[in-house]
Amino acid sequence: MEAKLEVPAQEPLSLKAAGVTFSDVTRRFDVRARRRRGADAPAKVVAIESLDLDVRAGEILAVVGPSGCGKSTLLELAAGLQDPDAGSVAVAGEQHTATRREACAYMPQRDLLLPWRDAAGNAALALECQGVRPAQARRRALPLFERFGLDRFERAQPAELSGGMRQRVAFMRTLLSGRDVLLLDEPFAALDSLTRGSMQEWLAGALAQEPRTTILVTHDVEEALVLADRVAVMSQRPGRIVAELEVALERPRVRRELVDDPVFTGLARRALEALEA
Amino acid sequence: MSRLAAFARRWGPVALLLALAVAAWQGVASLATVDDLTLASPTEVAQAFEDDWSLLIDNFAVTLVEVLLGLAIAIVAGAGAAFLMHLWRPLREAAYPLLVASQAIPVVVLAPIFVLAFDYGIGPKLAIVALICFFPVTVNVLDGLRSVEPDLLKLMRSLGASRLATLRKVEFPASLPYFFSGLKIAASVSVIGAVFGEWAGADEGLGRLVLLGNNQLQTPRVYAGIVLLTVMAVALFALAALLERVAVPWNRTEGTPP
Repeated sequence: MEAKLEVPAQEPLSLKAAGVTFSDVTRRFDVRARRRRGADAPAKVVAIESLDLDVRAGEILAVVGPSGCGKSTLLELAAGLQDPDAGSVAVAGEQHTATRREACAYMPQRDLLLPWRDAAGNAALALECQGVRPAQARRRALPLFERFGLDRFERAQPAELSGGMRQRVAFMRTLLSGRDVLLLDEPFAALDSLTRGSMQEWLAGALAQEPRTTILVTHDVEEALVLADRVAVMSQRPGRIVAELEVALERPRVRRELVDDPVFTGLARRALEALEA
Repeated sequence: MSRLAAFARRWGPVALLLALAVAAWQGVASLATVDDLTLASPTEVAQAFEDDWSLLIDNFAVTLVEVLLGLAIAIVAGAGAAFLMHLWRPLREAAYPLLVASQAIPVVVLAPIFVLAFDYGIGPKLAIVALICFFPVTVNVLDGLRSVEPDLLKLMRSLGASRLATLRKVEFPASLPYFFSGLKIAASVSVIGAVFGEWAGADEGLGRLVLLGNNQLQTPRVYAGIVLLTVMAVALFALAALLERVAVPWNRTEGTPP
């Protein structure tokens, strides 16, 4: 099922270079303390503290960090789904929440496909949300199925698709939103490791065809090194960037060849050291 | 052939159990110690169906109309109320506890009051049926609208969907399986509501026929009326289940409500 995953060459949908800048960003959450008599001061959890990160236009940046370090918060800040408590987040120089939301395509961890729509209908949802008529949105979604190795699955119900295929439909939905920045929140975390490997190669190919400023959040260092131009390592909560590594590896990167590459293993070691520091 | 076999496997045991129950009923009713006025035997009930067929069918039609109109009112009002409560949180918080409390009112005692208020015609019957069916519809639709995962709502927001688009494309379809659960409950209790309504005051309908037959010691006719009321309730349930299969096909492949 997952065998043929090349992305055939074609004109990209759109490309407007937009960088993402986090300056001295702090984000706290109220944690409603269990009301026990005496000790019920509303606790604040600091998810992210004084974080600086500059994502260059057109670059693929991977953010790795331990679970609960605020990686997802980072993405939601960029996506305009949250606002920082201190500092600023800017996409293409714009700080306004709604502007950020309109510049970014956010792809959550789970595919969240609607079970009452077929694959093409799910991909088309992104266009419908922008006011495109359903029939036309569907027509515009269909060509992507061939490009992304899902031809003949346009009419498949989500329940009939494998996990990897569902993620590819979710990715098409993300692309069809036509935004300049892609925010991917652990897109392959729910897949088995074999599927994950082939999906990483597929995503690398897709991003080569559809270049976008991309922030990829993951807890998998290898995944980060296979896909990214640069890797930012986050610390335990409160999250900060503790290391930034340029990934100077040739593309296309093939995982089984990288394992023996001294540059790759060196980078992996540095990333792991930064994670454990 | 295999469809026939599957049908037989599904419904054969039901038919067998029903046949056994009818046979046992016939056996008990035939005992010398059992008064015919207390318990009519299945053969006597069958005889009543033959003798009173047009009377039974005419009254069946009257009650069916009451039930269907009452259900329709409950669906429109219930789903409407659920949408309003979903869209406007203050209304939900104010109305939900009252809605639950309203279920504690015994409908039987309301029936005579409705007859006073709405007179003898179809009005009080519709009011009772609608009142009984309103709750399962409202609560289920509201639960369905609220069943959408927060992550999905977040996704819709990031895709730039308006409140109305989210309601139409996500929340409404997500509520459909819940709506049909509510409708199936409503369909099965609606007949009870119509009977209560007729008992409080009516000049036609199966409920009135059963009450009258009881007073006039026409026991077989009473039983025939009860059989027809049961058939009506089961048929309405089956209709709701059929509509569900047509309107919510994804729920079968998916297994559980999304």
